[in-house]
Amino acid sequence: MDKTIEILELLAGNCRLEAAQIAAMVDLPAAEVRRIIADLEANHTILSYRTMVNWDRVGKERVVALIEARVTPQRDVGFEAIAKRVGRHQEVKNLYLMSGAYDLAVFVEGRTMKDVANFVATKLAPLDGVTGTTTHFVLQTFKEEGVLLGDGEDDRRLVVSP
Amino acid sequence: MTDGVWAGKLNPTVRRLKPSGIRRFFDLAAETKGIISLGVGEPDFVTPWHVREACMFALEQGYTTYTANSGMPALRREIARYTAGCLGLNYRPENEVLVTVGVSEALDLALRAVVAPGDEVLVPEPCYVSYQPCTELAGGVPVPVPSAVERGFRIRALDLERALTPRTKALLLCFPNNPTGAVMPRPELEAVAELCAARDLVVIADEIYAQLTYDGEHVCFAGLPGMRDRTILLQGFSKAFAMTGWRVGYALGNSDFIGAMAKIHQYTMLCAPVMSQMAALEALRHGQDEMRRMVREFSYRRRLVVKAFNDMGLPCFNPGGAFYAFPDIRCTGLSSEEFTERLIREEQVAVVPGNAFGDCGEGFIRCSYAASVENLTEAFKRMHRFVSRYRISSSAGRPVPLDPLRRVPPGALADGETAAR
Repeated sequence: MDKTIEILELLAGNCRLEAAQIAAMVDLPAAEVRRIIADLEANHTILSYRTMVNWDRVGKERVVALIEARVTPQRDVGFEAIAKRVGRHQEVKNLYLMSGAYDLAVFVEGRTMKDVANFVATKLAPLDGVTGTTTHFVLQTFKEEGVLLGDGEDDRRLVVSP
Repeated sequence: MTDGVWAGKLNPTVRRLKPSGIRRFFDLAAETKGIISLGVGEPDFVTPWHVREACMFALEQGYTTYTANSGMPALRREIARYTAGCLGLNYRPENEVLVTVGVSEALDLALRAVVAPGDEVLVPEPCYVSYQPCTELAGGVPVPVPSAVERGFRIRALDLERALTPRTKALLLCFPNNPTGAVMPRPELEAVAELCAARDLVVIADEIYAQLTYDGEHVCFAGLPGMRDRTILLQGFSKAFAMTGWRVGYALGNSDFIGAMAKIHQYTMLCAPVMSQMAALEALRHGQDEMRRMVREFSYRRRLVVKAFNDMGLPCFNPGGAFYAFPDIRCTGLSSEEFTERLIREEQVAVVPGNAFGDCGEGFIRCSYAASVENLTEAFKRMHRFVSRYRISSSAGRPVPLDPLRRVPPGALADGETAAR
């Protein structure tokens, strides 16, 4: 497999891996790994290094909603311009162009339901090109970014086995 | 108390069997707090969910009965199809495939089917702990054939030839190897195959780690010219599909060998558990992508581990398969067992002494990298500290003998460090 892909896969799984560790794992000199990572950061392939948090564990008040938005594509730029306008709002955490009954899937996060409702009413729905919205509040998160929220599975293996 | 009173009634062969050298370290590690274990011979991945779900679905549907002795026909067909696809070897599901309770049972059956009292079985070492005892239980005489780190723990046809006698009946091969991780390149296996053909040996090839081959393709012994019918090929689900606890393996071979093994199996085990067979079927049909992901992860860790050992001054040859590294610890002046015991007591890291896998494993330890990168990193930090204390310099003599009342030799720790955590 391409070394760059290997490095990205490793970082995507655990962004706390150090360059020296990655270097050993992909069989490259550490300096070369640092250079590849720097290039990937510079060309925006690596966009950020994040931590997955189960916010329920610390009692942080947080409401997430999926908003289905129907929009009118614009000549020459299609959905791009409206998507960028929507995406620039800091309340919008994820944004996807969809096939099917609606166009944009907008994941919005706020402290309360009222925050989210305000965002839809005052920021999203009035945008030129947005022809309608349907809001679904998330009741509970079970899995995010491929990680199951919860206590995980214990290591039940014997401490020593042949 | 009747301890020992009835020992005289025991089968002398069983009485003479040595308990596994691992047992003592298991007890020690199990009672040590804060232990990081690199002594585990099974993947750290839980069985993929779709496989577990297939088992649950099977139970819901009432799959709770015996199956055909040789295994469910659908599973045998799938095993034959998988083997043809992966290895290019064709076996007839109806009489050349036997589903067993893990490769351990398959090995026992193969030995009991082939070995007559007094027959000698060549057992290249280091090797899995059950090879010698199972040979003895079958009435055979295990003949260890040591391999050496200088040759990457590969076995040479020359070494095997020197161990041959008129009583030699079979050869037991395990590559990729537990505990060393060694693999055999095709030309060297072909030389072994020529010897087996010339001396009419039966080959029992334990290839449970076949899918965990990292540099190049696995070479299946049964796939070498003329070896298919001479070889009993043992495979299973434990390692590559992370299914150790399900206890499903299989044997492939000519109908005479497999028929004989099936006869013993039907009188002893009857059949492998039906729900495990259903899970195995799902693993073969839909588990390839997940298996490849796990193999890739092992390969990353393998490089990390080998580098870590070499960096701390314990020479470690590059294992081509399985999930074990087998570093040389002789520079510490400690025996394998001393090293292992002190490492558990002083740094709370568990590994397995190399001599548990045969005398030629003395001076080595087996270190499993079926552990998270975080645990591996912390374990190597501790081991590095440990090795620094014991590495023999020109001015130092033999390490201080272990005092059971002290956790570390006097003065071994720097100020402020504590061994008891």
